[in-house]
Amino acid sequence: MAARVAGAASVADDPIIRLRGVTKTYGEGATAFQALKGVDLDIAEGDFVAVMGPSGSGKSTTMNMLGCLDVPTGGSFLFKNVEVGHLDRDQRALLRRKYLGFVFQGFNLLSRTTALENVELPLLYRGEDKKTRHELGMAALDKVGLAEWWDHTPAELSGGQQQRVAIARAIVTSPAVLLADEPTGNLDSERSVEIMELLSGLNRDSNITVLMVTHEPDMAAFARTLVHFKDGLVERIETNQKVPEPA
Amino acid sequence: MLGTTFLLAIRSIRRHMLRSFLTILGIVIGVAAVVSMVTLGKATTQAAADQVASLGTNILQVRPGQGFGRGGGGPRPPDFEIADIDAVRQQVAGVTAVAPQAQSTATVIYNGTNWSTTINGTTNAFFEVQPWELTSGRTFTPAEEAAGRAVCIIGNTVQQNLFRGGDAVGQRIRLNDISCDVIGTLATRGQAGFGGDQDDTVIMPINTVQRRLTGNRDIRLMLVGFDSAYDPAVVQSSLTDLLRERRRIQAGAEDNFNIFDTAQITQTLTGVTTLLTSIVTAVAAISLVVGGIGIMNIMLVSVTERTREIGIRLAIGAVAREVLMQFLVEAIVLSMLGGLVGLLLAQIVIAVLTPLMQVPFIFDAQINVIAFAISAVIGVVFGFFPARRAASLNPIDALRHE
Repeated sequence: MAARVAGAASVADDPIIRLRGVTKTYGEGATAFQALKGVDLDIAEGDFVAVMGPSGSGKSTTMNMLGCLDVPTGGSFLFKNVEVGHLDRDQRALLRRKYLGFVFQGFNLLSRTTALENVELPLLYRGEDKKTRHELGMAALDKVGLAEWWDHTPAELSGGQQQRVAIARAIVTSPAVLLADEPTGNLDSERSVEIMELLSGLNRDSNITVLMVTHEPDMAAFARTLVHFKDGLVERIETNQKVPEPA
Repeated sequence: MLGTTFLLAIRSIRRHMLRSFLTILGIVIGVAAVVSMVTLGKATTQAAADQVASLGTNILQVRPGQGFGRGGGGPRPPDFEIADIDAVRQQVAGVTAVAPQAQSTATVIYNGTNWSTTINGTTNAFFEVQPWELTSGRTFTPAEEAAGRAVCIIGNTVQQNLFRGGDAVGQRIRLNDISCDVIGTLATRGQAGFGGDQDDTVIMPINTVQRRLTGNRDIRLMLVGFDSAYDPAVVQSSLTDLLRERRRIQAGAEDNFNIFDTAQITQTLTGVTTLLTSIVTAVAAISLVVGGIGIMNIMLVSVTERTREIGIRLAIGAVAREVLMQFLVEAIVLSMLGGLVGLLLAQIVIAVLTPLMQVPFIFDAQINVIAFAISAVIGVVFGFFPARRAASLNPIDALRHE
């Protein structure tokens, strides 16, 4: 595994994400709990990665860290060659704003807010003007096939549609990395496949690196790289040859 | 960025109309209470001052007696005489007119209608001392005054009750057993606040009243008008000296007469209403603070309720300051909104109450501006704590929040 990581580093350009000996400990003293025990992981730009593992294996902790929502206790996490552990809260927020998009299991749309307003939200924080917000927002909704539903609130949309709005919100800023935390966890299998096809398409056509946590092998099959976690460590990494290599 | 924050705040307020309304209710009531109390207090003060001024400014009222009332025990001090009136008129510098007053009550009858009223015996000087217009007719002639003829000038209340507002001049009324010609009618003067209805009176020459009604030559009150160029204190002191001399009061002994300056009464009255206004305003101001605490409570609940929303915003890339600003601006916008609604409510309250309280309607720009500014400050003060709590949330925990 270490050899593969080293090999990847020497062959490709610098990976967009590089973890080295990352540990994460919650609490202190006798009650301390080590969630990550030294994770090494490289993720190449444009890859589609599925993170799998039983609960408590450290996959969620890793995703929080990769999403720059949390910092490692020890080790090194380079994002685009920047040591994230050295950034403060606001600097990480700015990094998320610029490079990351999030899709959650529970959709997490703002209630009583139209689809378009939800999608425009990240642009608001980027300080885009009203016209740009509207154009980019509509374009993102169009990409997920919901342009006609722009003025509907989450309550008026089905689960699959809500998740597509959430994806539109995540990609409206053209992020480098899209992090999806069990994006199909609340959907039936038919909707799940639609969502996965959408994510694959975005990965392929828009060259967005996708990191997805899932425990459904059917969904993981859409990814090119499968990272299995166990007991706070990366257990093994597989490559799904059916998915073409990133351009 | 501020525009964006403002937009976010407005959106959030619009999406939760009921909650927003309940939030601002305290501020609305507080601002309305403060503004209406201060304004009504000022109106009352002005009304009181106006009423006293209607008695005439630059007037001293002189009555026999010691201190307020007649004091205990001693013999009743003598009333004034006509000679005192003339002496004051001629010997006190600055005095322009002196009107004696001899009072009695009588039942006046016209055409079978009875009315019980106050009879004021005086001279034409009465109309020089104070501004009191005649609506029709004339004042007394010197002959009428000297001879003590049965002529009278009636107040508006008497005119309304006896003549039903009809023409009274030239009519003859009965006054106890005197038959009396009405030669003039007076303009209305209204309630004196403390002196009852000033219009419920009949004015007659003092000689007539003394001879045919009171049966003595005593004068219980003199109204001394003086030139406004003179210092009231100086006029008052030379008047005191003259009266002490005429009434043979020993040096060191107390005056056996009282002098009231209407300006002084105004001041006292204004002082009282101003004090009352301050007290009521202080109570109202407390309600404003309570309103601010209401905003803080709702905002704190709102932060808890919207924890997930805050998590989303943080994940998307909002920095702590932006979340803080959003909630702070929301609180400020809410409280300013409450302030505005409160100002409107206050104007309605004032418009409704001023006619009932018989005080003039006034718009006090200053208190409106102050109350609005305070409502904005309350938004900042009471909005800061909830906003800081929102901004300090951990995005991971906030996103997991149910």
